[in-house]
Amino acid sequence: MFEYNFHWRPVFRSLPDLLEASLTTLQVASLAMLLGIIIGFILAVSRLRGSGSIYWIATAWVELARNTPALFQLFFFGFGLGALGIHFSPYVIVLAGLTFNTAGYLGENFRGGFEAIPSTQLRAARSLGMNSWQAYTRILIPQVMRIVYYPMTNQFVWVVLMSSLGMLVGYRELTGETQFFASKTYRIFEYFAVTAVIYYVMVKIILGLSKLFASRFFRY
Amino acid sequence: MIRIDGLHKYFGDLHVLRGIDLEVQKGEVLSVIGASGSGKSTLLYCINGIEPVQQGSVLVDGIDVHAKTTDLNRLRQRLGMVFQQWNSFPHLTAIQNVALAPQIVKKMSKSEAMEVAAKQLEHVGLGDKLNVFPNALSGGQQQRLAIARALAMDPQYMLFDEATSALDPELVGEVLDTMRVLAEEGMTMICVTHEMGFARDVSDRVAYFHEGIVEEIGSPEQIFSDPKSEQTKKFLAKVR
Repeated sequence: MFEYNFHWRPVFRSLPDLLEASLTTLQVASLAMLLGIIIGFILAVSRLRGSGSIYWIATAWVELARNTPALFQLFFFGFGLGALGIHFSPYVIVLAGLTFNTAGYLGENFRGGFEAIPSTQLRAARSLGMNSWQAYTRILIPQVMRIVYYPMTNQFVWVVLMSSLGMLVGYRELTGETQFFASKTYRIFEYFAVTAVIYYVMVKIILGLSKLFASRFFRY
Repeated sequence: MIRIDGLHKYFGDLHVLRGIDLEVQKGEVLSVIGASGSGKSTLLYCINGIEPVQQGSVLVDGIDVHAKTTDLNRLRQRLGMVFQQWNSFPHLTAIQNVALAPQIVKKMSKSEAMEVAAKQLEHVGLGDKLNVFPNALSGGQQQRLAIARALAMDPQYMLFDEATSALDPELVGEVLDTMRVLAEEGMTMICVTHEMGFARDVSDRVAYFHEGIVEEIGSPEQIFSDPKSEQTKKFLAKVR
């Protein structure tokens, strides 16, 4: 028999705390994304143009980030380095783990973007007297940005959702906060149901903003 | 003047240019004809330094293109290049395509660069397409856009790498007409081409390339009516 009685009141009472925690989630996810974009870009260029140890370090990063569970990567920065006597705060562990993972995925995403641009574009730019920096920043990267933009949006959504792993290393982002209240009140279903809705709305807002941004900046 | 002496170029083991000697005077139009793979396009890439060479030299107005001390970005401002795949920049409008290099390479002000760009687009017959993105232009229009883009740098020489080979037949004429106008205005041009009619009518001299060497060079009348070399005769019999 189904005898569970729903009690929503405690959830609504802690809604302000949950919303505040969702800002924490957005904050750590955004920073991880930003760092991921910068490092991902370096990884892509290292794998396309680098040689020797630069190429191999970048390749190892991409391989590990993409082919092992994200949770293990978080645990590495938490318990793994902890065992070696290097201790970070939960915030740093989550940030480092998410950044490591995301940089790997974005690196491959960017590499694909660069390879999708015909090499003749670079030749055309150079033949006009542009130096390498000008050709990259004015001709190649704007085109790459358009190619990688939607996959990048997906990646950001993924980072927001993946940040819930923070709970498992003791970080009080949205999921950690939810778990805290749920275990305090035993209204586990209700708390996680409401939090799921908050995640859903956050992602919808991100996707909406991303579309708006794209329609403004990619006019061709 | 462009002066090429004993030029050799390899791609790996492939010996593409096998000793080229050539001179192009100011104001001259030289057409380069020959079968695919004979090294015609590679020669253009060696002239503007996009491809390194293994032996010999290219002098543009006395500047050695392949010397280590040569500022290639500066030198390339003298050498406009138009490619077979027209290579318009898809993220920029027609006028932005043309104005970008004058602005960031020649350091013109934005308004000055836009003015130059509008003038050049007008010149190639795209005066009504200034704010159109390349994907809304036909192949012929994109190739004319590429010509305007090269001209906006105010080059001393124009290098055309099979500028009409990738175009639909009905679009070839408009691009050739644009090139014709340039030639009449006195632009120095090296045109790698498969358009024998253009080579015959517009060029001052025609060079026939065969397997990486200049097999025969002369006036259009001589090359087309009275070729000396057996290879030239064979080639012309095939393309006619």
